[in-house]
Amino acid sequence: MSDLTKLTLKAALDGLKARDFSSEEITRAFVTTIEAANPALNAYVVQTTDKALDMARASDARLAKGEGGALEGAPLGIKDLFCTDGVQTTAGSNMLKGFVPPYESTVTANLWADGAVMLGKLNMDEFAMGSSNETSAFGPVRNPWKSKASNAELTPGGSSGGSASAVAGDLCLAATASDTGGSIRQPAAFTGTVGIKPTYGRASRFGMVAFASSLDQAGPITKTVEDAAILLRSMCSFDPKDSTSLDIDTPDWTASLGKGVKGLRIGVPKEYVVDGMPTEIQALWEKGVEWLKAAGAEIVEISLPHTKYALPAYYIIAPAEASSNLARYDGMRFGHRASDAKSLTDLYETSRAEGFGTEVQRRLTIGAYVLSAGFYDAYYVRALKVRRRIAQDFDAVWDKVDAILTPSTPSAAFALGDKEIDPIQMYLNDIFTVTANLAGLPGISVPAGVDSGGLPLGLQVIGKALDEATVFQVADVLEQSAGFTARPERWW
Amino acid sequence: MAIDAATVRKVAHLARIKTPEERLEPLARELSGILDWIEQLNEVDVEGVEPMTSNVAQPLRLRDDVVTDGDKVADVLSNAPKSADGFFVVPKVVE
Repeated sequence: MSDLTKLTLKAALDGLKARDFSSEEITRAFVTTIEAANPALNAYVVQTTDKALDMARASDARLAKGEGGALEGAPLGIKDLFCTDGVQTTAGSNMLKGFVPPYESTVTANLWADGAVMLGKLNMDEFAMGSSNETSAFGPVRNPWKSKASNAELTPGGSSGGSASAVAGDLCLAATASDTGGSIRQPAAFTGTVGIKPTYGRASRFGMVAFASSLDQAGPITKTVEDAAILLRSMCSFDPKDSTSLDIDTPDWTASLGKGVKGLRIGVPKEYVVDGMPTEIQALWEKGVEWLKAAGAEIVEISLPHTKYALPAYYIIAPAEASSNLARYDGMRFGHRASDAKSLTDLYETSRAEGFGTEVQRRLTIGAYVLSAGFYDAYYVRALKVRRRIAQDFDAVWDKVDAILTPSTPSAAFALGDKEIDPIQMYLNDIFTVTANLAGLPGISVPAGVDSGGLPLGLQVIGKALDEATVFQVADVLEQSAGFTARPERWW
Repeated sequence: MAIDAATVRKVAHLARIKTPEERLEPLARELSGILDWIEQLNEVDVEGVEPMTSNVAQPLRLRDDVVTDGDKVADVLSNAPKSADGFFVVPKVVE
């Protein structure tokens, strides 16, 4: 029975369709596993067991009649930043503790329409601001992986740490996640899972708790590239309720799998070699190049000269947008309201000081500063101009290459508590992922090897806007070549 | 550019986040560290570059000016810290 939790999404969907097992059976298997593992991993902040079983039985009824959608009967975990009708949604913040949305996000509505089953809501950094899950009001998520060299508890990465930990620890078949600067791809790399951020505008932002609206994009974290292709397709749709949603068809990306990379031109950007990068990451990257070359791809050295400015630009743009987005938390219509305030200003200021954690307060303060009179042009407008330079860097290489290969992260998973004291050290986690957000491009992280401690490492493929098909094509070859079969040893 | 405690006090107020006096100095140091790191953006030649506010190269869509939703008072108030008779209840702010 418990083996059902180890299935890939694809294998589970096939098994459900063939009626080898029922949705209720696999859902119960996950419920049991979550109850045993969650006290240690802290991946779920809400379990929706009754709802899950109801949904599973409804799926079984449809499957019995030979009906059912693309995800029929498949139990999934949902990052706690997707609003779920009637189920608490907090985005990892005390500000939203007890908030129960009376509506459903478009992404999750798409999943339920395709027959998926919701196991619960997954832990995350507060308002998605963090790279280690340590800023969550519910406490940090723990990575199912541990280094052979130490017994230290490791971060699963962030902000989608709950999603990554739940997928790696078999607490769901697959999970939704979101990525503003690397929050899907970095946790995927840290947990030996696959994570893709699609082109900006592919997935609707309606009903996602907003962080930085010009960068936020939903995507899946899964066990395999094929699973990512399946789940991403269900998540994406044109949505009139999101003004930046793209009115385009969502292709079947599983059609990209097995095509190989013969004749594809793969760019390797020299600026992605950074100081202090472990030799193991460099070696893995070189291995990735060799795999693609062996599979018939042409490797092209490219230059993306403004890469080093992406993170500093991001740490102006994202806090600026957050300071505007999070102005809605004023303690009036929903969210935390302080008691005993002495004036209206005091009520706003105290509610927000009590409701927001340290990192959120830090970013909102930076955001207010870079938007304030006298600094707006020097910081905010300059950052937007640098953002265009970064996007132009990519535009300039797309006539020479079809996709770009980079490492996903500059290190393997680190110990909880390791980087908490220095915000900039923490920010540097996203050094390879943030450029795709600024330019709006699709990027996937694929597990490709392990470090000397046996911890997973990922390779990233970045593609042209709307060309997820090529991204999946390359990711598939990396996955096949890497033959990544390592699994975390159960300690929980 | 270093920010001092007075600037932090002003910016925290702009952000409407109550910040105790003893937090101003440490915050000033933290934010100065982050802003020093951000200063490297000054190395970039941005002469003549249009600021990039969006990844989506399409004009904003217009929708028909018709009512598509509504009559949801209970839903709208369902997460209010306090409500009565179909209204939000807020503390008295005008003397």
